[in-house]
Amino acid sequence: MKFLYLVACNLRRKKLRTLLTLLSIGIAFFLFGLLGALKLALTGDVSIANADRLMTRHKVSIIQMIPISYQARIAAIPGVSGVTAQTWFGGIYQDPKNFFASMPVEPDEFLKMYPEFVVSDAHRQAWRTTRNGAIVGRTLMERFNWKVGDRIPLSAPIWRHADGRDAWEFEIVGTYEAARKSVDTSQFFFRYDYFDEGRGQNKGTISWFAVRVSDAARADAISAALDREFANSAYETKTEPEAAMMQGFAQQVGDIGAIITGILGAVFFTILLVSGNTITQGVRERTEEIGVLKALGFTNTLVLGLVLAESCLLAVLGGVGGLGAAWLMTIGGSPLPSLLPVFYVPTPHLMLGAGLMVALGLITGALPALQAMRLGVSEALRRQA
Amino acid sequence: MLNWLSQISAITLANLKTLPERRGAAVAAAVGIAGVVTVLVGVLSIAEGFQRVLAVSGSPDVAIVLRSGSDAEMNSGLTHDDTRLIADAPGLARNAANLPLASAELFVVINLPKRSTGTDANVPLRGVSPAAFDVRGNLMMLEGRRFEPGKNEVIVGAGAARQFSGLDVGKTVRVGQTEWVVVGVFAAGGGVAESEIWTDAAVLQPAYHRGDTYQAVYAKLISAEAFHTFTDALTTNPQLSIKAVRQSDFYADQSTQLVGFVKGIGITIAALMAVGALFGALNTMYSSVAARTREIATLRALGFGSSPVVVSVLLESLALALAGGVLGAAGAWLAFDGHTTSTMNWQTFSQVAFAFRVSPALLVQAILWAAMIGVLGGLFPAIRAARIPIAAALRET
Amino acid sequence: MTTDQSPLIRIADVDKTYRRGAEEIRVLAGLSLTVQCGEFLALMGPSGSGKSTLLNLLGGLDRPTRGTVEIGGERIDALSDRRLAGWRARHVGLVFQFYNLLPVMTAERNVELPLLLTHLSKADRRKHVATALAIVGLAHRTSHYPRQLSGGEQQRVGIARAIVTDPTLLLCDEPTGDLDRKSGDEILSLLQTLNREQGKTIIMVTHDPHASSRASRTVHLDKGQLSAAAPA
Ligand SMILES: Nc1ncnc2c1ncn2[C@@H]1O[C@H](COP(=O)(O)OP(=O)(O)OP(=O)(O)O)[C@@H](O)[C@H]1O
Ligand SMILES: [Mg+2]
Repeated sequence: MKFLYLVACNLRRKKLRTLLTLLSIGIAFFLFGLLGALKLALTGDVSIANADRLMTRHKVSIIQMIPISYQARIAAIPGVSGVTAQTWFGGIYQDPKNFFASMPVEPDEFLKMYPEFVVSDAHRQAWRTTRNGAIVGRTLMERFNWKVGDRIPLSAPIWRHADGRDAWEFEIVGTYEAARKSVDTSQFFFRYDYFDEGRGQNKGTISWFAVRVSDAARADAISAALDREFANSAYETKTEPEAAMMQGFAQQVGDIGAIITGILGAVFFTILLVSGNTITQGVRERTEEIGVLKALGFTNTLVLGLVLAESCLLAVLGGVGGLGAAWLMTIGGSPLPSLLPVFYVPTPHLMLGAGLMVALGLITGALPALQAMRLGVSEALRRQA
Repeated sequence: MLNWLSQISAITLANLKTLPERRGAAVAAAVGIAGVVTVLVGVLSIAEGFQRVLAVSGSPDVAIVLRSGSDAEMNSGLTHDDTRLIADAPGLARNAANLPLASAELFVVINLPKRSTGTDANVPLRGVSPAAFDVRGNLMMLEGRRFEPGKNEVIVGAGAARQFSGLDVGKTVRVGQTEWVVVGVFAAGGGVAESEIWTDAAVLQPAYHRGDTYQAVYAKLISAEAFHTFTDALTTNPQLSIKAVRQSDFYADQSTQLVGFVKGIGITIAALMAVGALFGALNTMYSSVAARTREIATLRALGFGSSPVVVSVLLESLALALAGGVLGAAGAWLAFDGHTTSTMNWQTFSQVAFAFRVSPALLVQAILWAAMIGVLGGLFPAIRAARIPIAAALRET
Repeated sequence: MTTDQSPLIRIADVDKTYRRGAEEIRVLAGLSLTVQCGEFLALMGPSGSGKSTLLNLLGGLDRPTRGTVEIGGERIDALSDRRLAGWRARHVGLVFQFYNLLPVMTAERNVELPLLLTHLSKADRRKHVATALAIVGLAHRTSHYPRQLSGGEQQRVGIARAIVTDPTLLLCDEPTGDLDRKSGDEILSLLQTLNREQGKTIIMVTHDPHASSRASRTVHLDKGQLSAAAPA
């Protein structure tokens, strides 16, 4: 601890240089934080996927419908403890650019399947009694300034009434909150019975089933049994764990993980060079001083430690600043709620960032620290003369 | 003036001669800028590549007819009668046999594993009418032959054949209860069609329980101008409830959202990185000026003006930045140009294969960014250099 | 660390050669020297004769190419780098021609530096620093930075730093070389006081005969060898 002052003195020597280095490290970690949040936003948080939840869809593709009558047959499969249907509605509010997810569901089954959607008892009750009632996520309510009780018209080009009209009207009877911050609160859920009655075609079909199994360890076996049940029927199914489905879906968008990792690699390589160079330069300028310290009896290891402490201090100060800024920026919710409804820096990413700060400090400091350590005392003292 | 220029060149040359001594800092600054440029070019080449596929897909003399209220084939539906009425509309081009160049088509999505990851992806399967080849006009078989009408045969776009497994000529693709034989691979001028699988609409209809319905009609017009005659005739026909769009506009629309998103993100990231690299450049140039304080003061004492000093520092910074910019741009071009991949087209809910595209305009843009960083990074240090108090600096060691 | 009878420093048959490319320069050639405890020795000689080189060997800053350096009964040429550093911290104080203070720290903090290597508490360190600065007569300028002090004052801070750990041996390389006559005299008096009143053994390199006259003994270094006689 008593050496900290020495380290601090060295950082104060050229304040502008220290400041610029801190800022460039800070920016690198700010980007690191934002890219982490972006990756999560684009690929979904697999950790929220419950291991005991499966998705069953049409084998050919998710846009093919399957009959709701399968629900009873799925429920009868041993090991299945719950099943509920969801359908892609594709509702449009005023303008196709105002995109959000809208789905008809069976309220009680649905809320039981997804405890992460938190709905008050009053709102639940209202939903049960209002045929065209809808439950809307908090961020979506805020986005369009909707209030409970509002009547919302949506048009659905995929789902027209028998007379060809594509206008649907809903009454917002409640809102849902997220049990965890990784839950998207920009969705719009309404009742399946209202939907099935109103649509003009494909009555009695749905997009996919969410299936809960009583024992997550047997999920694979149950998936297989479930798909076997419908094999060779007109509607063959494909069942996957929720996480696999989310990942597969993200993969369709592109290898976002690889792209973001690539960008981060470039950012860190750049910053490593820029800040590593300043640190090296700063140490090189003090060759004689380091010689004096050694002459006074500072050991090589101590000198090594002092230089590394300096570089680590820079990296950690800058890193905490940058990552902290990214964290603060996203803590209040997504800056672009319509495009990226879930946007925050996940905790494992924060920890990785902390590790990277120390690594950056050690790597940038290593070269000058070794140079300082190897420096011969008499040699260093001669330089000033 | 001449004197001023020769002063600048004298100082700049003196500066550049000391560059090897400061090579560590100089290289770091240049590589920092190269990093920014690489990321900028890399991310924007994704947007450019995607945009290009959709841009070359549409021609202004082809119209796409959908059910009114639909903005994509997926949620459109047309009856057989609708398609007949559309084919009879004025403005339509006809072939040698005097048949209208209108193709009634079906569009479905099937799941196939991606070659790169093995995960399922949505691949478009299009059922077309015989006129489809003439309507598109740019289809070219690369391998095999066209499918025979009435048979369970498919041809696959070159992009789809590259991105998804199991689409080689001679292989069989099983979709639900139906098996399809791949009989050919086609190119379509680099457009969206290359990401699709094509078959006879008349075969696809029963396989998908579609009866005698379609989702869109692709119609070749006699000229781009004939579009208005064509649409007017259709929209005023009380038997029809449809809308027609030019193929070029239809695809341009599909790219705007994704391209806007990717560009926005790419530019934000690159801008933040640029600020980081700017600090690096500032550091380098400040220490460059600091290292030459005495030298600059000596030159000033000899009668050199302060503006040549400013300009020479700026020039040095600019030279470093441009070196970094060119390095980064060249690296990005080598690394990314032509890299093929596919992504989800949200309008069709299916995959579009495309290649990253590092266009000359993008390279110029990247180098301009580098130059900006160079000028900003040199400006403040240059001002400091010009303000060096001569008498005090001469005494400095 | 030693009894008063035995010599504090014993150098025997020391060679020091430097290599400059293919060329070898033999700076010290079979040099021997013995210094008793409590001596104030002036080391003179032409520029480039190896005075600093010899002082560096005595301070454990460098190692002889051949021969032995024994200080206080310890063969310092045989110590590892790490132990040598510790030995320096405990037993020698170094004073430099250009003071070599750290410009980023106040006088007080500069003097405190060697104490950071001890186990002393913060309060104890403060006390030692105050004492050392009082001895050199700078009790009133403790919180000034080096650039705010005159050359003579900076050298006093340098001496305070050298004596703050209370070492037996002070090695001074041209301590007055950069100072005017008056400040130089003050420094020499200070060294003399330290030698007489605190019993410090001092070895001082100097070019100045006036400075060497303050010492208790003077030796001359030339062509790698020592001689007691004054040069012509
Ligand atoms: N590390 C080194 N490498 C090569 N030669 C060296 C080295 N250190 C010292 N020398 C040479 O050894 C000789 C003695 O140097 P030293 O510094 O000991 O002389 P000095 O007597 O202290 O001179 P001055 O009075 O000018 O300080 C010189 O010729 C010097 O060039
Ligand atoms: Mg010397």
